[in-house]
Amino acid sequence: MTQRRIPLRMVATARSGDKGNRLNIALVCRDPAHYPEIARQVTAARVAELFTSRRPTAVVRYDLPKLSAFNFVLDDVLEGGVNASLGLDGHGKSLSFLLLTLELRCTEELPELPKQKSADGGNDEKNSAGSGHGCVDALSER
Amino acid sequence: MNVVRIGAGAGFAGDRRDAAMPVVKALAQAEGLRFLIYETLAERTLAASQLARQRDGAVGYNPALAHFLRPVLRDCLDTGIRIVGNFGAANPRAAGQRIVQLAEELGCRLRVGIVEGDDLSGVLSPQDFAAREIDGRLLAAAPPVIAANAYLGAEPIAQALAQGADVVVTGRVADSALALGPLLHAFGWTRDDLDRLAGGTLAGHLLECGAQVTGGYFADPGIKDVPGLAEVGYPILEIAADGSFVVTKPEGTGGRVDRLTVTEQTLYEIHDPAAYLAPDVVLDITDVTIEEVGADRVRVHGARGKRRPDHLKATVCIDGGVLGEAEISYAGPNAAARAKLAADIIRERLARRAPDLQIRVDAIGLVSILGDSKGAALADAWVEGAADVRLRFAAQDKDAGKVEWLLDEVEALYCAGPAGGAGVRRRLVPRLASASCLIERALVAPTVSIIGPSG
Repeated sequence: MTQRRIPLRMVATARSGDKGNRLNIALVCRDPAHYPEIARQVTAARVAELFTSRRPTAVVRYDLPKLSAFNFVLDDVLEGGVNASLGLDGHGKSLSFLLLTLELRCTEELPELPKQKSADGGNDEKNSAGSGHGCVDALSER
Repeated sequence: MNVVRIGAGAGFAGDRRDAAMPVVKALAQAEGLRFLIYETLAERTLAASQLARQRDGAVGYNPALAHFLRPVLRDCLDTGIRIVGNFGAANPRAAGQRIVQLAEELGCRLRVGIVEGDDLSGVLSPQDFAAREIDGRLLAAAPPVIAANAYLGAEPIAQALAQGADVVVTGRVADSALALGPLLHAFGWTRDDLDRLAGGTLAGHLLECGAQVTGGYFADPGIKDVPGLAEVGYPILEIAADGSFVVTKPEGTGGRVDRLTVTEQTLYEIHDPAAYLAPDVVLDITDVTIEEVGADRVRVHGARGKRRPDHLKATVCIDGGVLGEAEISYAGPNAAARAKLAADIIRERLARRAPDLQIRVDAIGLVSILGDSKGAALADAWVEGAADVRLRFAAQDKDAGKVEWLLDEVEALYCAGPAGGAGVRRRLVPRLASASCLIERALVAPTVSIIGPSG
């Protein structure tokens, strides 16, 4: 059976902020019902792996269940930060979109999206494939 | 007691000059105490201002203050909206005098409250700062200090308002204090009102970046759209005496205020959500509730406070040498291969001529933003190819001559590099390095004074 996947950006939004050489990325669930499943899948370890090229010295995830959100704090990933980095984005403002490239496994709690598509009637699978949104077949991406 | 309304006129020094106009229009029609705040002071701005003041004692404040205030100052004075801004940078007194003069130009009179005392450059020595550096490295050798400013809290702002200031101008204060100051003044909160101070600090945190809470820094077309972003409305918060508040924006403006925009901004630049350190309180947002209560209306409550830190944070700026950047483009068939050849040529020549200069290479169109200074991401990306690549080289050093050598070499690619090199641009700018220090409160003495029209 094919494991179906959904891009994180379809179920969550993200925003970067900086303080010196430290980056934080707020990740907010679009639907609070997805919070537990996103918590299971978007772990600090997985985010650290995603940012390997920036060599984080620590990655911490703070959980905010009342806000249906997480706060990821990545140490030493801004190449010195805005006053020292040789790169164009010393603030790390663009890095929230690197986090949003993560893919999640679809589960019962994290079904195909978007919901409004299924409201059109017909087959969810067809709709999501046709729109380019929602779950994509992991195999078709490779 | 009625709610207090605070609007944001700017979220950073480069913000839209006319952003405050719809905010002032909405505030003018509302009842009760109303304030307009401007956050225009980045770390870099302050050090650059300090250098300007050293050359000319009449400057060193944010010269954009007139652009920001001219469109709204008269309306604010006429309708009782009081203004708080950190336009003062390295010279709050000169900024205050400029505001008095601006009011005269507009045919009005006003009283300006000036908050000083954040400037520590004459108070502590380089060795003193070195001893107080957080994770001390940058200041270890006690280099000459260009600027050193403590983040003041809300109390001096409240004092200036109590003394009748129509406009309060500060240097470095915690951004959130720009809103907490008016709230201390309006509600008479004390240092023991920890949860209220926390609510006011969170209110300031949501206001300080302007449109970032009302749909700015948010739009992702087709994924999360924002209506009318070109005319996005800047925020107005309606704060109650218990520290809870509603976030909204002026009617008829673009943007959106909902759970997602407010939650994203709540966590902006936050590290531990249970301990956001501000000069007046330690803010804990873990029990905060954010709920939509109407169209473009979001209620925020549940902020908790812990006693304020014993120390104040200060930013210390020192000379960081110069930053040089140079760019050149390659387009059409085999563009990526020609660009890579150009990058290899620069690396080879600089390795012989300035072996210790670290050079960053980006290939805009292939990998630039998500790359790394060591170039690992780019090394993997060349093979992908591209029909339009802009190479960017960057280096910094204490020795400007060495950095200029890099820029010269990039320019020389015009004639001596691969085919079709085009559009060289180069720039060399001074760089400031900054460190954070923790300063005992006893060493920081904020002062408040009021100035008005002379004669």
